[in-house]
Amino acid sequence: MNRQAQAVVLLLVGGAVLRTSLTDMYLRYVKQGLRPFLIAAGLLLVIAAVMTLWYEFRGSAKAAHDHGDHDGHGHGHRGPWVAWLLILPVFALLLVSPPALGSYAASRSGTALQQVSDFPPLPPGDPAKISVLDYASRAVFDEGRSIGDRKVRLTGFVVTGADGRSYLARMILTCCAADARPVKVALAGQVPTGLKSDSWIEVTGRYVPKSIKDEINGERIPYLDVAEYHEVAAPNEQYES
Amino acid sequence: MAAPHRAQPRELTEPSPGGLPEAAGADHVGELTAPSGRGPLGRIGSVEILAAVLVLVVVFRAPLSRVLSAPGLQTWTTVFVSVLTQAMPFLVFGVVLSAVIAVFVPASFFAKALPRHPALAVPVASAAGVVLPGCECGSVPIAGALVRRGVTPAAALAFLLASPAINPIVLASTAVAFPGQPRMVIARALASMLTACAMGWLWLRLGKAEWIKLPHRPELAGMRKWPAFWAAARHDVMHAGGYLVVGAMAAATINVLVPQQWMRSLGDNPVLGVITLAVLAVVLSICSEADAFVAASLREFSMTAKLTFLVVGPMIDLKLFAMQTGIFGRRFATRFAPATFVLAILVAVGVGVVLL
Repeated sequence: MNRQAQAVVLLLVGGAVLRTSLTDMYLRYVKQGLRPFLIAAGLLLVIAAVMTLWYEFRGSAKAAHDHGDHDGHGHGHRGPWVAWLLILPVFALLLVSPPALGSYAASRSGTALQQVSDFPPLPPGDPAKISVLDYASRAVFDEGRSIGDRKVRLTGFVVTGADGRSYLARMILTCCAADARPVKVALAGQVPTGLKSDSWIEVTGRYVPKSIKDEINGERIPYLDVAEYHEVAAPNEQYES
Repeated sequence: MAAPHRAQPRELTEPSPGGLPEAAGADHVGELTAPSGRGPLGRIGSVEILAAVLVLVVVFRAPLSRVLSAPGLQTWTTVFVSVLTQAMPFLVFGVVLSAVIAVFVPASFFAKALPRHPALAVPVASAAGVVLPGCECGSVPIAGALVRRGVTPAAALAFLLASPAINPIVLASTAVAFPGQPRMVIARALASMLTACAMGWLWLRLGKAEWIKLPHRPELAGMRKWPAFWAAARHDVMHAGGYLVVGAMAAATINVLVPQQWMRSLGDNPVLGVITLAVLAVVLSICSEADAFVAASLREFSMTAKLTFLVVGPMIDLKLFAMQTGIFGRRFATRFAPATFVLAILVAVGVGVVLL
């Protein structure tokens, strides 16, 4: 790969990073906090590409002037073959734009709750809007005491288990989707029927002292007694943290 | 890496058509056809190939997307893109810093900053890793730049191993992931420092300079500062970035292929548990700022096994191995990586037994 091609690849990678980070697309892959750094990295890559092309055209004009048989069009230094692979993420980002991890990934990993011992009161409101992770932690580690008889509203996507049970799940993200782990809540009561896996729903219900074991890692999955549910659009930020 | 080799036969072939007509045996066929490539074929350079690839992909975009929408492949693509997106700012940061080292920091600075005796330079360099917040993708090009700048390889390697594990961001996230267990943070910092120093000293005793083959880079010495800066940065992005893509593909493949079920049974046995998590740290290639949370969620395993996961992961994993191959050469990476892996496990288990 000669320098001009390297510059084009840099420009493509930088452009792909910029496009991903200037729209909400980056939220499918990484945390919100990374955005400014992504934009800076994209800009630097674009500048590096522009500077390479600039020196290249000035350089080759000068070289042609000074000594004609200098190897011309910047073929002198070739990049490594692996540099070609840098086009792959460009295609993946710009043309394929894969979605955020959903039910397929969630059904392949065990529910991942962090041990917590501090349970502040639920937020005000009826129903109280809390995250799937918050509900599952209170249900498992606090035996539902801090939820009590309050109605809660959770948003997540539907996962249909191998046993046919319906779960509400959310992926938890620390850095990027490579470390994403699911948190699952089993649904009882008005269980959604006829919904495809990965459909986003908002469920309202109450805590029930009942749980099952995740087949994959043996951790507890709490139940939610669903009073009502309806389909919603997928949120911008599909991961919880 | 292959580039300098490929450039050579070209130069050799030029006199051959005229000079050695009888010698045109079977093994010279390739060389004889090469000059003919200077004709119409010679004009097809990498820019043209790149353009053709781009056009092809855009044309076949619809069938390509259809293939990639199978759930397994979709998850693969998401994880692949995520690893790269996460690594990109750190890679660019590392590359810029290594270009600054290559161009703006005089070589004499490192001679003054580091103790003259290499055995003393090793711990100083690994402690210097504290000041570089970031994950491991940035530290590989920086260590490469340090070696080019004349820093003794042992010290540069100690820095390479220590900085992703002991910087404040990583230690803080470890503290958050293991609430109420400050010993985990101390054990992680201590075990990582010890491993980095031990690897540095091991390199002093057993390492050979010829194992390190820094990729050919256009000579910066004769250039003015800013052109040299951009040339160094571009060069490092192409090398480290290309290999980062290889590592991200490997990590995504493992992520999709390895089922979580069979880890459960391994956690009960203390020895198997340590080995399992050490291997897992290598194949998952999780960013060092996030690995503590993943370790904390592996509740079937002992604390020592989790510590091993946290010590091994930032020092050696698939994407780091790929990047080390790109920056230091294959002969180096195939020796350095296994040694790091074994030593990191031993130190982590030792520290774990004493502290945890």
